[in-house]
Amino acid sequence: MTPNRDVAASAPGADRQHLVACEYCDAVYQRADLATGEQALCRRCGGSLYRESRRAYQQLLPLVATALILFLLSNVFPIVEMELKGIRAKTTLWGAVQALYADHMVLVALLVFATTILFPLAEMMMMLYLLVQMGRRRVPTGFARIVRGIQLTRPWGMIEVYLLGVVVTLVKLSSVADILAGPALWSFSALVVVLATMLSFDPRDLWQYLAKGPPR
Amino acid sequence: MVVQRVGGGAGDHAVVRSARPVAVLGEGTAAMSVPLSLAATATSMGMLPCHACGLLSPHAFEAQPCPRCQTVLHRRKPDSVESTWAYLIAAAILYIPANLLPMMTTQSILGTSYDTILSGIAYFWISGSKALAFLVLIASVVVPLLKMMALTMLLLSVHFRSIRRIRQQTRLYRLLEAIGRWSMLDIYVVAMLAALVRAGKLATIIPGPGALAFAAVVVLTMLASLSFDPRLLWDTLDANDD
Ligand SMILES: [Zn+2]
Repeated sequence: MTPNRDVAASAPGADRQHLVACEYCDAVYQRADLATGEQALCRRCGGSLYRESRRAYQQLLPLVATALILFLLSNVFPIVEMELKGIRAKTTLWGAVQALYADHMVLVALLVFATTILFPLAEMMMMLYLLVQMGRRRVPTGFARIVRGIQLTRPWGMIEVYLLGVVVTLVKLSSVADILAGPALWSFSALVVVLATMLSFDPRDLWQYLAKGPPR
Repeated sequence: MVVQRVGGGAGDHAVVRSARPVAVLGEGTAAMSVPLSLAATATSMGMLPCHACGLLSPHAFEAQPCPRCQTVLHRRKPDSVESTWAYLIAAAILYIPANLLPMMTTQSILGTSYDTILSGIAYFWISGSKALAFLVLIASVVVPLLKMMALTMLLLSVHFRSIRRIRQQTRLYRLLEAIGRWSMLDIYVVAMLAALVRAGKLATIIPGPGALAFAAVVVLTMLASLSFDPRLLWDTLDANDD
């Protein structure tokens, strides 16, 4: 498919875009304009229907860029350093993946790699691509597939769980060795905060901004 | 305030309410006084919501691509009940070796020791980190167990067409969606320990078969909750109204 500049104007189903169905109970509502920070809840089951996201959308590109830089720093520097009887040891996230791999836990190594490196990175790259293209007033090639890709990878990115795992490891070892938090621990913490803001943006909302047409 | 309209632009057989905007922090408890069955649903309007982009399409589009995003449309997640049962049963079976087999084996000059999830929790408890013992207990034992029991209950509700406490059941499902990922905690702890001890050549920590079984349980319970469709609960209610 070739990107079509007029796709937004003649978008299919444009007459139904003011409707929203609850994904938990199937109730249908008309979309209402929300103020900043508001969220529409289903009156039948209490589930979230959609959020006001205009400001979040405008802040998304710098946020994704920050997340990518923090992600890079977090993976380059050691996350935990320890010293025991004069022996120093340190590891990065990649080191943990390698250790599992070397211990013949290939599947677990793959899972750790996918949930902490591959999926978070893929999501950030897909967001970056869409936002840059949309910022240049283009309809990104493969838009629909990439939005879907972001939705599918999202449940499997678990950086915040990993960070908690690192904290548990630090406490566990602190009784037997001298433990030093590596620089990556701080960048990981910052990354978790940035990602939390990024993840509160529903990628399906990108359709709303695409449908509204490129600002001319 | 809440605007109620009958047949508001979406066809004259439908009752369409405008979504009630609620501030993020204030969970809409007032909304809970709404009668459960008054809602116009996508099904009652003859519409299919696209799970990928949210657009509603006429129900003639079943198994056809969404006109806006080309994702194949389904009224409900395909084979939802069957796949949820399958993932759930597999997870329940693996939950046993995940708890019994060692998560890691530690070899040092002092000898060899095997750590299971429970002995790891006991270690934290004895060494004084009671908060941490509690945290790991919740993430590794309680969450997977709760998730499997809750999903079983939801599946049974769908099967027996029960609509008791349907709002609470739907809320429970949303909770499951949110907490499942935290069970990965112990896997990350084992990975970090193995990496550090290996780097320091202090001892050998080898992740055990328990880690593999446990990782599988986490993935399977996540797949189970992702394949469950909570709208099936509401289908029973909506069918009773007709
Ligand atoms: Zn609902």
